[in-house]
Amino acid sequence: MDFLQPTSWAEALEMKAADPEAIPIAGGTDVMVEINFDHRRPRSLMDLTRIEEVRGWEREGSRIVIGSGLTYRRVIDEIAGTLPALVMASRTVGSPQIRNRGTIGGNLGAASPAGDTHPALLAGDAVVEIESVRGLRQVGIDDFYLGVKRNCLAPDELIRSIVLDSDAGPAYFAKVGTRNAMVIAVCSFSLGLHPRTGRVRTGIGSAAPTPRRAHAAEEFLFEELTDLWHSRADLDRSLVQEFGRLAAAGASPIDDVRGTAGYRTHSLAVLARRTLGWAWADYQRGANSDRAEDVN
Amino acid sequence: MAGRTATPTKTLGEVSSSGAGIGSSPLRPDGILKVKGQFAYSSDLWMADMLWGGTKRSPHPHARLISVDTVAALKLPGVYAVLTHEDVPGRKRYGLEIIDQPVLAMEYVRYQGEPIALVAADHPETVRRALELITVEYEILDPISDSREAIEGRPGLVHQPQPTEHPDPEASEGHTVPRGNVVRYQKVIKGDPSAVKAAVVVSGSYEVGMQDQAFLGPESGLAVPDDDGGVDLYVATQWLHADLWQVTACLGLPEEKVRFTLAGVGGAFGGREDVSIQIHACMLALRTGRPIKMVYNREESFFGHVHRHPARMEYEHGADADGNLLYVKANIVLDGGAYASSTAAVVGNAATLGVGPYDVPNSEVDCWGVYTNNPPCGAMRGFGAVQAGFAYEAQMDKLAAALGMDPVQLRIRNALHEGSVMPTGQVVDSPVPVEKLLRVLVAEPLPPPGAAVRDVRELPGGVSSTTHGEGVVRGVGYAVGLKNVGFSEGFDDYSTARVRLEVINRTPVASVHTAAAEVGQGLVTLQAQIARTELGVEQVTIRSADTQIGSAGSTSASRQSYVTGGAVQAACAAVRTRVAELALMRLGTEVKVPRMLDGYLLDDAGERLVSIVDLLGEDVIEETLEWRHRKTQALDDRGQGFAHVQYSLAAHRVVVDVDLDLGLVKLVEVITSQDVGHALNPQAVVGQIQGGTVQGIGLALMEEIQISQSKIRNPSFTDYLIPTLLDVPPIKVFMLEEPDPYAPYGLRGVGEAPTISSTPAVVAAIRAATGVMLTRVPVRPQDLLHD
Ligand SMILES: Cc1cc2nc3c(=O)[nH]c(=O)nc-3n(C[C@H](O)[C@H](O)[C@H](O)COP(=O)(O)OP(=O)(O)OC[C@H]3O[C@@H](n4cnc5c(N)ncnc54)[C@H](O)[C@@H]3O)c2cc1C
Repeated sequence: MDFLQPTSWAEALEMKAADPEAIPIAGGTDVMVEINFDHRRPRSLMDLTRIEEVRGWEREGSRIVIGSGLTYRRVIDEIAGTLPALVMASRTVGSPQIRNRGTIGGNLGAASPAGDTHPALLAGDAVVEIESVRGLRQVGIDDFYLGVKRNCLAPDELIRSIVLDSDAGPAYFAKVGTRNAMVIAVCSFSLGLHPRTGRVRTGIGSAAPTPRRAHAAEEFLFEELTDLWHSRADLDRSLVQEFGRLAAAGASPIDDVRGTAGYRTHSLAVLARRTLGWAWADYQRGANSDRAEDVN
Repeated sequence: MAGRTATPTKTLGEVSSSGAGIGSSPLRPDGILKVKGQFAYSSDLWMADMLWGGTKRSPHPHARLISVDTVAALKLPGVYAVLTHEDVPGRKRYGLEIIDQPVLAMEYVRYQGEPIALVAADHPETVRRALELITVEYEILDPISDSREAIEGRPGLVHQPQPTEHPDPEASEGHTVPRGNVVRYQKVIKGDPSAVKAAVVVSGSYEVGMQDQAFLGPESGLAVPDDDGGVDLYVATQWLHADLWQVTACLGLPEEKVRFTLAGVGGAFGGREDVSIQIHACMLALRTGRPIKMVYNREESFFGHVHRHPARMEYEHGADADGNLLYVKANIVLDGGAYASSTAAVVGNAATLGVGPYDVPNSEVDCWGVYTNNPPCGAMRGFGAVQAGFAYEAQMDKLAAALGMDPVQLRIRNALHEGSVMPTGQVVDSPVPVEKLLRVLVAEPLPPPGAAVRDVRELPGGVSSTTHGEGVVRGVGYAVGLKNVGFSEGFDDYSTARVRLEVINRTPVASVHTAAAEVGQGLVTLQAQIARTELGVEQVTIRSADTQIGSAGSTSASRQSYVTGGAVQAACAAVRTRVAELALMRLGTEVKVPRMLDGYLLDDAGERLVSIVDLLGEDVIEETLEWRHRKTQALDDRGQGFAHVQYSLAAHRVVVDVDLDLGLVKLVEVITSQDVGHALNPQAVVGQIQGGTVQGIGLALMEEIQISQSKIRNPSFTDYLIPTLLDVPPIKVFMLEEPDPYAPYGLRGVGEAPTISSTPAVVAAIRAATGVMLTRVPVRPQDLLHD
């Protein structure tokens, strides 16, 4: 097996162009598991951890640009309070060891329907910056996921960064699992209020072949909230109830070892109702969403 | 003795320590190594010229083998041997209680993952490729999956009737000879339950799913062929001699040609009582003439060891209006899977302990252990008692509700006590402080209710942020559990110890040699503590466990402190007697009750008579003996007999918060009380109690090997979940010490009892919070939803 070790982003793009079959490896927390289980036998691996350009993050006005190699540990330590849903999702990933190694770019590269950042990125209207020697393109998160563990990258492309708006509005992420750490989501849900556009965006995890939005639920709120954005009045119970129903209906869950389709549908409705309630209450108070800022 | 060219990586091996005697908690010799990741486990064994072994397994739970073609695999460069059942040199089957399991499948495969062929090659990757090149033709048969249907043999037979061989004819006495798919049926009847009229009757059906031991060190070992045609095996196991007896029979070698040494054990919990790589690695080593290393990967491990028996149970309890239990009737079916393993013993435990720690005048328990094509089930911490405990404790809560009585009061009213007559007719002849254990728990104040605004980490779901308090309700549950200690029902349960006393560098040094397996519980430390206390020396060396000495019996059934501890104590006493003889000879002073303290032999007045250094000089005193606990008896066909040498008890109180809308559970508090007789090493005792509690919590909330059509759906730690640090609150332990007059130092085996009561206590708390009946463990989130 070849082991490529580019030290700059430009070199990485060239190596990927020269050897499109090379498998990028960042934290390795997905790649090494696949190799270990013999699900994959790559001919060459390309180590991305020496490329400083993509290992950090920066703020450009209200835009936060997250390097694909940024670890969960650093997201939690450094971005807490700015991108609440992504930070909440990051806290639920694996264990301290996994959060020390695992990266946001790796989560997108693996594109598992159960990946925890996806719902938050969908709800946050993220843009993924994808690059090759042919150039840089920006892909809206809605167009990123193509199928089970499939994303829109061409063989010569790498994920450079993920861009999010830190001023969007209150946002939440919630994940159902059968234990309190080291658990793959039975289902997860994220919700972001975008008062400037009058939109609420959603993200559903682990309840469809790809991470996806609950479009009908979003449209419903778009109509119902028109006047409420300004008045910041309380939401009717029935409105919240209906939103939960529509959000759950946006999933297409299956029965598997982790849970039943029926349970997934049920709990998505609960999570949708609760996250909407929390986000709206924050919006009413003009507050930040994060309740556990110094959780590891 | 040891292998040819090199000695494998050093395992725990010989451990020298100095320090404290019994009743204290000296540092474990393996503790720091394990924390730092430097401890050598059996999977770390290595020799320069070794080959790797691998196992070809059946993907089908039930099939007839039509052909096994090994030609292509043998042709692969780097492959040294491919073996099938035809290559088994001796007996073709093995087994702990009933010899029914083929070393390599012959004619049929009876469970998914059954070994069919073996490969030895120069690299693990070559092994993997060679295994793929073995072609097996199957005639696929319908699996027999349902344990109840299996009893009657309706769906067919898992095993064609055949003469079965018993490894030890005495041990099998009282076990009904297998018939149809029934491995063992046992009735235990006391009084006449059918004749009793009860004011209040409750009944229920309960189920326990298949739990896994989930030890972290996979099955592994190194077999090194010797020039004498024999073989040395370094392996992680629970009972070196049971392995030895099975391996020698299957290799067709005399016992002196096969030498076992215990390698570093990464957890066991019963899952290493059966043979895994032992016979296979030796076969490959003898065939190739090269050392063979075998290590299962995690997925293979799930197919490579037995699991906890799933159970289906029907219970009926009758009481008078004051809450006095009048009768209990139970019907328990345990799914043993494809091979017998310890099923007969599991049946014995469930049948005799099925009523629980209660004094009941009339009872009738019928218990079956059956063959199916499901994964083989055998020993796991608390076996038989765990399954029954979940059901009888659920019944006690149900009965309390029907009586309008407090569940703890109901338990206290019916509590077993010294002098009670068990369902087997056995009179309890040492303390069983059920009432005290419960009172200790009740006296502890309950945790305060959760604040209105809480950190998500304190709520169900934790950092997954599923609730800010919405839907969260609290519940409290209590449970008590009962387990037998040691091997029961007339089994000749003994341990062998050799203790040596000599003077090295003007210091008296004791060394202790047994074949007892240290599997993490702390036996090495305890043996040294005993020698220090008994011989009054500081320096003690514990030799590595191997088969150069007689059997110590299994590290299971909470028995090693009792039985091997007893053997070491007795061997030390024999050494003391020899020291006194020496004193009589050399000094002319007779000591009737020899005691040794701080390096001196004491006279009968308790004064220092002579230092060991001066007395012994160049002499070495060595004593080896076998030690047995009181004899037990086989059960008769009404389940009567003095079956158990000792009972062990624990109680739990659990407080939970449950998110009613999502069915997620947060353990708020877990406290436990246990009678340990005498805490020989208090820290190790607390460790056992906490660990056992967590294993029971796992069974209550998440641990299950899910089976569909006899196939395992989740053979990995991705989907077989065990509790993490974040799932378990700190566990407060109340230790009671009520000595058992029959046991060494008055100790009581501790390892299993906590696993029995923690599961029902968790479920009772969830029931109290939700009002949902919950008749099956593990409880899944969807089971808790009302709508
Ligand atoms: C024990 C354990 C627990 C886990 N728990 C969770 C969990 O709770 N939630 C969760 O979501 N995930 C979990 N995971 C999965 C994994 O940790 C995450 O998906 C993580 O984000 C992967 O990041 P990584 O840097 O380790 O990726 P890697 O393994 O290095 O890569 C993952 C994939 O992305 C590709 N890739 C990486 N970087 C790039 C790039 N810049 N451009 C293009 N492709 C790229 C790789 O080629 C590979 O296909 C867990 C994994 C383990 C082993």
